[in-house]
Amino acid sequence: MASKPKAAKGEGRAKASRKKTSAKAKSLANDDIGEETRLKLWRSLLEIRHVEQRAYDLFLQNLIKGTSHLALGHEAVAAGFATAMEKDDWTFCTYRGHHHTLARGASMEGVLGELMGRECGLLQGKGGSMHLTSVEHGAMGSYAIIGAHLPIAMGAAWTSQYKSTGQVSVCFFGDGTTNIGAFHEALNMAAVWKLPVVFVCENNLYMEYTPIGDVTAVENPAGDRAGSYGLPKIVIDGNDADEVYRTAQEAYAKARAGDGPSLIECLTYRHSGHSRADPGDYRPPGELEAWLKKDPVPRYRDRLADFGIDKKVIDGIDEKVMQQVEEATEISKASPTPSLELIEKDVWADGGVAWRN
Amino acid sequence: MAELTYREAVAEGIAQEMRRDEDVVFLGEDIGAAGGVFKATVGLLKEFGPVRVRDTPISEQAILGAAMGSAMTGLKPIAEIMFSDFLAVCWDIVANEIAKARYMTGGQMSMPLVIRTANGGGSRFGAQHSQSVENWAMMVPGLKVVAPSTPADVKGLLAAAIRDPDPVMFFEQKSLYPIKGEVPDGELVDELGTAKVLRDGDDVTICALAAMVPRAIQAAEILSSEHGIEATVVDLRSLVPLDTKTILRETAKTGRLVTVEENPRLCGWGAEVASIVADENFWDLDGPVIRITTPHIPLPAADELEDATMPSADRIVREVSEKID
Repeated sequence: MASKPKAAKGEGRAKASRKKTSAKAKSLANDDIGEETRLKLWRSLLEIRHVEQRAYDLFLQNLIKGTSHLALGHEAVAAGFATAMEKDDWTFCTYRGHHHTLARGASMEGVLGELMGRECGLLQGKGGSMHLTSVEHGAMGSYAIIGAHLPIAMGAAWTSQYKSTGQVSVCFFGDGTTNIGAFHEALNMAAVWKLPVVFVCENNLYMEYTPIGDVTAVENPAGDRAGSYGLPKIVIDGNDADEVYRTAQEAYAKARAGDGPSLIECLTYRHSGHSRADPGDYRPPGELEAWLKKDPVPRYRDRLADFGIDKKVIDGIDEKVMQQVEEATEISKASPTPSLELIEKDVWADGGVAWRN
Repeated sequence: MAELTYREAVAEGIAQEMRRDEDVVFLGEDIGAAGGVFKATVGLLKEFGPVRVRDTPISEQAILGAAMGSAMTGLKPIAEIMFSDFLAVCWDIVANEIAKARYMTGGQMSMPLVIRTANGGGSRFGAQHSQSVENWAMMVPGLKVVAPSTPADVKGLLAAAIRDPDPVMFFEQKSLYPIKGEVPDGELVDELGTAKVLRDGDDVTICALAAMVPRAIQAAEILSSEHGIEATVVDLRSLVPLDTKTILRETAKTGRLVTVEENPRLCGWGAEVASIVADENFWDLDGPVIRITTPHIPLPAADELEDATMPSADRIVREVSEKID
């Protein structure tokens, strides 16, 4: 895989094609992605967008406590990579992980309920926003210490290599992670051992509150490090669900063929601050507005129209997803708070917490 | 019965489990081709091959991350951290990740892994290669903590640790690697969380761990022959789970408790044992608990300094004979 051009090219194509919808519609049958998958991507984008917006609303109503790191703006990365996965592949993500957990198929009430500290939450309230996990969906954890989960994802890939299962581990992290030691340890060992793991950097330009460029020696925090581990530099438009999907397919094929890891940098932007506490005041005027023009959700709506997909179908999915979010919100609100018995459960495999006899 | 060294018992324990279970894999720095820097893993690469016995780069976070990721997806890894001091560079994976994953996920994840490491002083290595850090692990909910003192216990407890479904920190005391001891023939699997009474006496109960156990036994013999004090010696073997039944029973019997630990003074495991005994055996005690520890200093390197710092048999004899009449 060679270095990929950045956003502008794909965007230009989409804009140009908008003027001649009918011609584009005719070529739909030959499209490498196809309508069925595109609608899956669309649904996934919307599920993430609407659940995250709902999470924000629930914060304002003080129904979600603690902190939370929304992925508004990052939807295409999660939708593209997850849609290209096989069911038994494994996802590892960070504390900004609602989108990746949802994209693997975890329920909305599981996510919202966990954020609200309710019994219906994925972790019954024991983990909270930063630790969403659904092993049955291959969502193998959200890790809240920067860098930790790269070696862990690499270890899971070791299992699939050892047992020849063909499973791929996909590990998502932010641009800030590329400056911590665990990133480099994991990349090196995964490359030496040729493990089936795909490392995905969501470069949203800021490590927490600081511009990544101010604290990083290279322009592309992940892409420019790839060469150190014998890997090609891959930098893509992370706001284009199609481009993400295609890149994911290539990386998974490489991993399954036994050709080792990939490191992919997705350029994207978070529409809100780093966390609940951050209004994002450090961003220069106009930056957010410029990125909102590349918002992955309306952009994909236009893409679907370009491919001649009926507006009713496009809007119908949107309405259905909104309805699901409403239902999930009601289920979560109605769900009881967790039983206090959970406090003394599940430290050990026997279900208990005893440290003495 | 065969006579094995403590280091040979390590390799025997690992080999026994790798032979019976294909899911057991082993990784670490210099463990394969080199046979381990302490020669505790000699022969494993030859018998099990490079797919199951994997030499790694100097990347402790990658080693333990690989152990965690593989354990939660179906393997039973044994990871070596060459010196326990190096746990400080990968403590995130131990304390934040491995220890908490099952609890935080409401039981969705299992973590059947063992972290072996060479722990403790007595080898003149200085303060960054000699620490006794089993108490670090003891403080973190979600970790089992084992520290054997004999070759037989190394083999049996290591096998038990590998079979255990929870993460086990296995602390081998590096100055004990050359010692020899009888190890039963055939498959040997011990039980975690069980202390052993190694000597019976009516006057005082000495609880010790790892390299402090032979010193406590030696001290007990001197106390008997020179001071007429008869000591019970308990080898704790495991800090988590902690065999408090044995500790409380043996302390109630003599009415006096002495803990002997390599840890620096503050928050060593002896403090926890003393607290439990004070809470639950107070009315059986005939005098204050005696804690014998390394002073609260980094361990010095030179022979004379290190010997004067770590608890010795002589120091145990002196402190016990002065405080118990």
